[in-house]
Amino acid sequence: MIAESGHFALILALLVALVQGTLPLIGAWRGYDMWVALARPAATAQFLLIAFAFASLTYAFVASDFSVANVFANSHSAKPMLYKVTGVWGNHEGSLLLWILILAAFGFMVSAFGGNLPARLRARVLSVQGLIGVGFLLFILFTSNPFERLDPAPLDGRGLNPLLQDPGLAFHPPFLYLGYVGLSIAFSFAVAALIEGRVDPAWARWVRPWTLLAWCFLTVGIAIGSWWAYYELGWGGWWFWDPVENASFMPWLAATALLHSAVVVEKRDALKSWTILLAILAFSLSLLGTFLVRSGVLNSVHAFATDPTRGVFILAFLVLVVGGSLTLFAVRAPALAPGGFFRPISREGSLVLNNALLVVITGAVLLGTLYPLFADALLNRKLTVGAPFFNLIFTLLMTPLLIAMAAGPLMAWKRGDLTGVLNRLKIALVAALVLGALTWMWLADGPMLAVLGMVLGGWLLVGTLQEWAGRVKLFRAPIGETLRRAGNLPRAAYGMTIAHIGVALVIFGITASETWTEERLMVMKPGQVVTVGGYDMEFLGAEPIQGPNYSSLQGRFRVTVAGEHITTMFPESRVYQNPPMETTEAAIRPTAASDLYAVVGESDGEGGYGVRLYHKPLISWIWIGSLVMVLGGFVSLSDRRLRVGIPSRSKAAASGAAAQA
Amino acid sequence: MRSLKYTLPILLFVVIAAALYVGLSLNPKEIPSALIDKPVPEFDLPPVQGRELGLATANLKGEVTLVNVFASWCVACRSEHPLLMDLGASGEVPVYGLNYKDKPDNAEAWLAEWGDPYGRTGADVKGRVGIDFGVYGVPETFVIDRQGRIAYKHIGPIRREDLDNKILPLVKKLREEG
Repeated sequence: MIAESGHFALILALLVALVQGTLPLIGAWRGYDMWVALARPAATAQFLLIAFAFASLTYAFVASDFSVANVFANSHSAKPMLYKVTGVWGNHEGSLLLWILILAAFGFMVSAFGGNLPARLRARVLSVQGLIGVGFLLFILFTSNPFERLDPAPLDGRGLNPLLQDPGLAFHPPFLYLGYVGLSIAFSFAVAALIEGRVDPAWARWVRPWTLLAWCFLTVGIAIGSWWAYYELGWGGWWFWDPVENASFMPWLAATALLHSAVVVEKRDALKSWTILLAILAFSLSLLGTFLVRSGVLNSVHAFATDPTRGVFILAFLVLVVGGSLTLFAVRAPALAPGGFFRPISREGSLVLNNALLVVITGAVLLGTLYPLFADALLNRKLTVGAPFFNLIFTLLMTPLLIAMAAGPLMAWKRGDLTGVLNRLKIALVAALVLGALTWMWLADGPMLAVLGMVLGGWLLVGTLQEWAGRVKLFRAPIGETLRRAGNLPRAAYGMTIAHIGVALVIFGITASETWTEERLMVMKPGQVVTVGGYDMEFLGAEPIQGPNYSSLQGRFRVTVAGEHITTMFPESRVYQNPPMETTEAAIRPTAASDLYAVVGESDGEGGYGVRLYHKPLISWIWIGSLVMVLGGFVSLSDRRLRVGIPSRSKAAASGAAAQA
Repeated sequence: MRSLKYTLPILLFVVIAAALYVGLSLNPKEIPSALIDKPVPEFDLPPVQGRELGLATANLKGEVTLVNVFASWCVACRSEHPLLMDLGASGEVPVYGLNYKDKPDNAEAWLAEWGDPYGRTGADVKGRVGIDFGVYGVPETFVIDRQGRIAYKHIGPIRREDLDNKILPLVKKLREEG
């Protein structure tokens, strides 16, 4: 019964979404206020119905109702409770249900917190959201129904892919989807603005927090995904330029560009059509990512559900949404009033450079991801674009971006003074060069790219700190004034400083871990000691242990430095029963300075075991830096200007809206 | 000119969408059947830096051989490497390595570190030979018969089962057939 009610709720949600996607749009066009007013209750109803459907499916999983085909295929009664719940979205149908749940939740939030939006703009935004919802609901109901029944019901389920039975991967999709789907809000605002033919600073002030929120989630999602790859795949790598990774990285790049160009619209009323285009692109890339993962067009280790009819459906949807919005853009964008004028050397100019580089990187990643497909379709050749292509392009294009990143925030709006800015960045330049020289001396015969990475990281870190120091007049004014200025700086400014520091940390992490990783792959016998990165690792042996739904070979390593005991590490090699599959569970000892990473493999039959040991300096900075970036995003989100929304409103109304938010 | 600026995005998208549509009807895991039973491409490659025996079409004629495509940047290659080491040491069948799109220094260091199971190696620095072989992902392993024709292609890292159930029986069969 529960499953049928969930199915029924989805059908109702489709009907509501049809209403939400059409009537308010027509109402806003023809001036029917009653139809305009339908948008908010419809968004609420849609959210409640989908939430009910999602709860129904969750219930079926938790209660192990194997008469539901999806539960049978992806769950097992012996599975730990956590993975029964996360199993809901650990499969194709359930993950789509999560997708639309988040879509509806975002629509609901716009409806609930959008009290100070002009009613017609709000109606149009919610309508566009409703139309996206229609597409996905049709997709679920016609090709991927999560509530399908089995008769007779099997006794037990087939189990969840063991790779997904992991806290990292359990929470990776929700964050990623919050990011992907969050970008739908920016998209809906962009389409609504194109329909209205009007983009103004208030519009940008509305779009920016939603984009920022989506960007934060997307950053967390990507960071969790790469962290998972790092500890679960067992090779110490954390990013493989796999199509599915690229699928999440492209919207991130576009969203990052959008965040920055929206600032220009907000402050200077310029770059309007460009910002609209970015908002469309960011969400289009999210949809493309969904298509690539779900359709199996590209060969990927991550693709876990592939079915050609689904592919055709998503492609048709993609063409409607992206093609439709880009056509609208082609027709309407030329009519948008051009905004403020600025010189190439200015804050706007540096943000344009940032945008251009980010978009080119996005394009290169897109090209690299789709090239095998083009080659197959047009040249009838099967080929692959390997990491070398991506690494080369990425390094080439990130270098100017990082150089500009330290200088941009110091530029004045409208007309900047490059000599003055460079003069102020002398300290950063010296710091970067010293760091580069130290790296070079320490490098022995490693790659020269390490020097570049360190120089860029140092330049960005010190340059960003200098910008902040300049704003608060650190050491140039009495300490009291510095504190007062620090207190008065807008949160958005702190957000930028923190996020840029995060980027610098990530650069350091990537550079150091790629350059100074030490690895040992060998067969070790109990009692044998091997030194990795200054740590003496003694292999104590390996023994079988039993987990709730797997059996495991657990190795033990005693780690000492100069005879002093540091820790004991327990890497595992697991064999799951349902479904049968082997996984590696690396043992990692993370510290701020370096990670120690151990993997135990198969026995050689003579008392020895294949082991892999790594020492990776600064690698945890990659994730720490990502979290610092997210922290910057949230600090910026807490800025009063963003919460208030529109500046011209009366104080009382504004604080009311702030309290609501 | 001005309108082109605004229509460019949709034009680009049309191209991408068309390719995606064609892509849907293709299977990325499918082996181009055209290559099976066809002679291996004509090539003559120098060995990986620091090694003596290179790899050429002539080396693949006269006996049944395996050609393993590998690269130092390929993570999955490491997982099959111990198996290749065993196979190379056992001498059951000659294993030749095609080093695909790799820097000479990296390839040499990689073989020094993880071991060299290959009787011969070919350094395909530009990836031309790999393309002629129809390589689209690394690692891949080809079974070549005595006449120098591609008998089978294995995509992805080789596992013990693949070797025991598919590759080695095929090698045996090809030998018996002459």
